[in-house]
Amino acid sequence: MTLLAVENVSVSYGRLAALRKASFTLEEGDTLFVTGPNGAGKSTLLKAIAGVVSPREGTINFAGHSIGGRSPETIARMGFSMVPEGRHVFGSLTIDENLRLGVGMRADKDQAERDLEQVYGIFPVLKERKEKSAGLLSGGQQQMLVIGRALMAAPRLIAIDEPSLGLAPKVIDDVYNALLKLRDTRGLTLLVVEQSATRAMMTGGRMILLRSGEVALEGNARELAKGDTLKKAYFGYGDH
Amino acid sequence: MLEYLQIFIDALNLGSIYALCALGIALIFGVMRLVNFAHGDMIAFCVFALLWPSVDAAAIVFAGSLPFWLLIPFMLAVGAGVAVLLEIVVFRRFRNANPATMMIASFALGFVLKYFLLMLYSSRPKSIGLWPSLGQQVEVAGLRIQYLPIVNICVTILVLVALSLFLKRTRYGLEMRAAAENFTMARMLGVRANHVIMLAFAFSGMLAAVVGMILAAQSGTVDIQMGANVMLVAFIATVIGGLGSLPGAVIAGFLIGFISTFMQAKLPVDARPFRDAFVYAAVIVSLIWRPNGLFAPKSAKQRV
Repeated sequence: MTLLAVENVSVSYGRLAALRKASFTLEEGDTLFVTGPNGAGKSTLLKAIAGVVSPREGTINFAGHSIGGRSPETIARMGFSMVPEGRHVFGSLTIDENLRLGVGMRADKDQAERDLEQVYGIFPVLKERKEKSAGLLSGGQQQMLVIGRALMAAPRLIAIDEPSLGLAPKVIDDVYNALLKLRDTRGLTLLVVEQSATRAMMTGGRMILLRSGEVALEGNARELAKGDTLKKAYFGYGDH
Repeated sequence: MLEYLQIFIDALNLGSIYALCALGIALIFGVMRLVNFAHGDMIAFCVFALLWPSVDAAAIVFAGSLPFWLLIPFMLAVGAGVAVLLEIVVFRRFRNANPATMMIASFALGFVLKYFLLMLYSSRPKSIGLWPSLGQQVEVAGLRIQYLPIVNICVTILVLVALSLFLKRTRYGLEMRAAAENFTMARMLGVRANHVIMLAFAFSGMLAAVVGMILAAQSGTVDIQMGANVMLVAFIATVIGGLGSLPGAVIAGFLIGFISTFMQAKLPVDARPFRDAFVYAAVIVSLIWRPNGLFAPKSAKQRV
């Protein structure tokens, strides 16, 4: 079943077009990487889906509902969990409070408590410090916290913007291992924005490549890795 | 020694009014980045709810004659009601506007409220006997104090404790704290912007009502201007406390109350008329020392 369908979506900041007629679909249970150079519109794409910016044109369908232009909280309550770039932990709240913030929209409080234990099971370092202020965590721990927080909402789709940004390679591996384990055990659908195309190829799944706000390439990450089409599309050699 | 105790009580009394008013401003600033200059006029509006509308010199007491256990909930409801109404009718349309635009809008709204009261009640101050029994004096160990300051201080402590329990222990409190730190992220976690903002306005309105009752009981008069002076000082308190920081606003409110009371009592007699100049000089020094306020929250920096 198609969980997310983005069709001809354009977003502008003032007169600057950040995204031009982007289209793609994402099936339930799949992983999609969105990659591309700086300023290609990757974050804008996620923000448009999350309802943080309004698309100028185009339609976005999530779980059978049209969500273009709806408020972020409405979209979150439909099962779309967003982990924006730069992590955004609530530094003045404790780790426990950060995680509990994710469950506000859920009616199944007992299951939410079990999920909390599960998140603590996946990221034991968070449990050890659960009463500490989240602002004191290291970058990698904060990334784990925001992923854990996104999970607490029991989402159908998690969208993560640059999970590896500013993290040590070893920590990036940890973060990805945790993500993929979750995808496989919970049947989560993942939408990952990642500047590093190599990471996408290592992980597998589908990939789209954005350049100058347009979808330049789409396909299976591992197959795209074989030829040099990806390199060409990424750096735009073909244009010259 | 006794003299200092007396000054101390006076300072706490004045400080608690500033603190409650500053808290009302800081609550809304926290979730909306709006400095609500209409807060002072909201205070006046609440006080005038004690009277029937009339332009006569004599006050016609309306709610003011209710017993206190009915009057207090009534006033809180008036405060919350008018604040939420202003949010829905006016501030909601400025939700994504730049902070300066919102501030000007709140100024304008303050004038609208003020002239609305002027139209209904005329500009003459009116006397009202609100809880006159609180004006009685008692003598404790040689110290002559009225009940009123003691009641004020206790009420303030009660309000502060209740509000911090709410913020720390409840779901909505958690959402408000999160929203104050990073609203967009909170919304992406399903926190409903409208609920949180309306709640902040409701609390702010109730705080305005509490301040209004204290002022009315203290002065024995109601006056269209009565919120304005407190509002100015309270606004300064929220700035030197660090805009957006609730404890900062409260502490700075008390601080200004203390500085002001001590100067009133201890400055040389010739200098006393210029007390405010000294108080605000201290404010300037504080701002030069800590431009972001004494307790600037982390979220005060530019957010994406």
